[in-house]
Amino acid sequence: MSRVLVAMSGGVDSSVAAALLQREGHEVVGVTMKLWGGASDTGCCSVSDVDDARRVADALGMDHHVFNFGDDFERWVVGPYVADHQAGRTPNPCIECNRHLKFDRLVRRAEALGFDAVATGHHARIVDDGSGTRFVGRGADRAKDQSYVLHMLDQDQLARLLFPIGAMTKPDVRALAAEAGIRTAAKPDSQDVCFITSTSGRGAFLSDRVELTPGRVVDTAGTEIGRVDAVQLVTIGQRRGIDIGGHPDRRYVVDVDVGAARVTIGPKADLSCESTALVDLAWTAGRVDGDVLAQTSAHGEVAAGAVRGGDLRWSAPHRRVAPGQSVVLYRDDAALGEIVVGGATAA
Amino acid sequence: MAPTEPIAYLDNAATTRVRPEAIAAMIPAMEASYANPSGAHALAREARRAVDDARDVLAEALGCGPGDIVFTAGGTEADNLAVFGVHQRHGGVIVCPATEHHAVLHAVEHCGGRVVGVDSMGVVDLDAFSDALDPSVTLVSVMLANNETGVIHDLDQIAAIVRDRAPGALFHTDAVQAFQWVDVAAAAASADMISLSAHKFGGPKGVGVLAVREGVTLAPQLIGGGQERDRRSGTHNTPGIVGMAAAAAATVRTRTRTVLEVGAMRDRLADGLCATIDGAIETAVGGRDDRPAGGDRGNVDRSNKVAGSCHICVDGVESEALLFLLEEERVYASAASSCASGAQDPSHVLAAMGVSRAMARGSLRLSLGYATTEAEIDHALAVVPEAFARLRAFA
Repeated sequence: MSRVLVAMSGGVDSSVAAALLQREGHEVVGVTMKLWGGASDTGCCSVSDVDDARRVADALGMDHHVFNFGDDFERWVVGPYVADHQAGRTPNPCIECNRHLKFDRLVRRAEALGFDAVATGHHARIVDDGSGTRFVGRGADRAKDQSYVLHMLDQDQLARLLFPIGAMTKPDVRALAAEAGIRTAAKPDSQDVCFITSTSGRGAFLSDRVELTPGRVVDTAGTEIGRVDAVQLVTIGQRRGIDIGGHPDRRYVVDVDVGAARVTIGPKADLSCESTALVDLAWTAGRVDGDVLAQTSAHGEVAAGAVRGGDLRWSAPHRRVAPGQSVVLYRDDAALGEIVVGGATAA
Repeated sequence: MAPTEPIAYLDNAATTRVRPEAIAAMIPAMEASYANPSGAHALAREARRAVDDARDVLAEALGCGPGDIVFTAGGTEADNLAVFGVHQRHGGVIVCPATEHHAVLHAVEHCGGRVVGVDSMGVVDLDAFSDALDPSVTLVSVMLANNETGVIHDLDQIAAIVRDRAPGALFHTDAVQAFQWVDVAAAAASADMISLSAHKFGGPKGVGVLAVREGVTLAPQLIGGGQERDRRSGTHNTPGIVGMAAAAAATVRTRTRTVLEVGAMRDRLADGLCATIDGAIETAVGGRDDRPAGGDRGNVDRSNKVAGSCHICVDGVESEALLFLLEEERVYASAASSCASGAQDPSHVLAAMGVSRAMARGSLRLSLGYATTEAEIDHALAVVPEAFARLRAFA
């Protein structure tokens, strides 16, 4: 038995994670991180979500605490999210929250408070290659798999983490919750970015903090063919929401230059690339040579490639990855399943 | 599951254990005096008598007439009634210090009022306060004792400035945290309105008082049957009111001794913590602030604070983690005010006093009460420094 701090968002996954750890005989304490004080309708730290987490913990007979990491969330997640948009990048705030809040701030606090491990309700697995080296593996429910947002975990972190529901499918999680009488059994999954409300959206959030600038839309020859209201809200690969009048072929955003207030659109072919430059490349257990599989969005397709220097060379031409997005590198190790071996940010 | 029975309950500024006298008074108020005090029959008159007896006790304790007592559902309602009641009836500008309890501060902000800064000791900046006053001001609200730091305001001094700069303004004081420790009848003699909350001095939760001196008019915030002379409608909470009066009587009767005994325990606790916790700064104390090894704290002056308040800040330690470790040792305390989710929010009081966010993040409020024992202080002194040391090691 060990002493486990389980991060409870108020959703069904972390509720079941807590219940499973308790069934295994661990001494379990629940914690909900209070990250965001502003408006939120899908987040994991609204008062009603904290109430759900607390009431689930009460029903399981375990202690529950709330940790206010609002300052850190602003510093490491919200601030950079805004700055990235200003710089024309496409951030993934959930990954930054995992990197800086859940798996750094919370894990360090748990250690200071004498916990042996921290558990979360992520759909992912921690696999051991038999020599003590750990990797993040895909969750058993491939449709819910969250290994993509966990790519930053290193050996120290993996050694003190538990993902109790990683081997379960979502229907199994809900069935277990219902059978155990957990009140969040039928609660809808959270979606989207927790600090952005679905009613007012990303544009309204950003416009409260920075000035959004209108821009020109040009074709690849440089001819102006339209306008956008806010160049900071445009992402490479985007097709909807760009008004360029009638165009016979589908056109995509192929470049965004915030400084020049210019969005370039072109045919799908112009979105293709042979390689993607990687920055902040971090390996789970040391550099992996040779071929990898790469995933460039949370539930996106996996494509084959190879890391050469600071680039990922795609085996076949690949749709360009927006700067700021994470590129997660997997290997399909026959024994371990498909596992994360590293991750980086697209330059 | 962790044991929940405290070994040291040091969160009396949040709430107190209900006094036996209050419990004893409330049971017959529920079993026998259950009729509606506004009714016409004999049983109603019996309940009415219980409420009016309580009214006499509170009037005596606050130095006002029985007709001045308006029973409310607690301190927040009393504060809201003072601020919104005056603003709706008289309009104008409302002024308060930045360290007020949110029940006053948020109400004043809601009315578009003026918030005045405080000095590093938590006392309203008298120059800025004077500058903020003019004939457009209809209400000034200054708390008697602060809920986080225990700092006491000299209300006579403030009332003199109000009379000089805004002679038409009413003067309200939130005495919720003071009543256990301070003779409010004397200290708030210059106030037109006084807020109290029963559960801060051994009474039950959900009942309080706004004392409104004769001649003061305000708009009721609860409208209905016209109870409390049309100032606060709603059927009287007879058991709560009776319990509050019993607690108030016991508090007044024992106050001098409690202040001496608890004050000595508080001094022992604060001196002991400052002597054993590296970098601990005691909040808002006067006198010498250099702490030589060995715990010689003879020159520290805490006469500006209520006897039950021990408040320290330590850089590099996080209150939330500290409270977690203290709970494991069954020491129950708090840091700043708690938000709706139960998380610790940064203290607006410490921020107003100019305490850095880093220091304020490491704040610990140990608040003693009438029931605090030497054994509780012993236990706190044994485990609090250790918890700080552990967190320091992981910082």
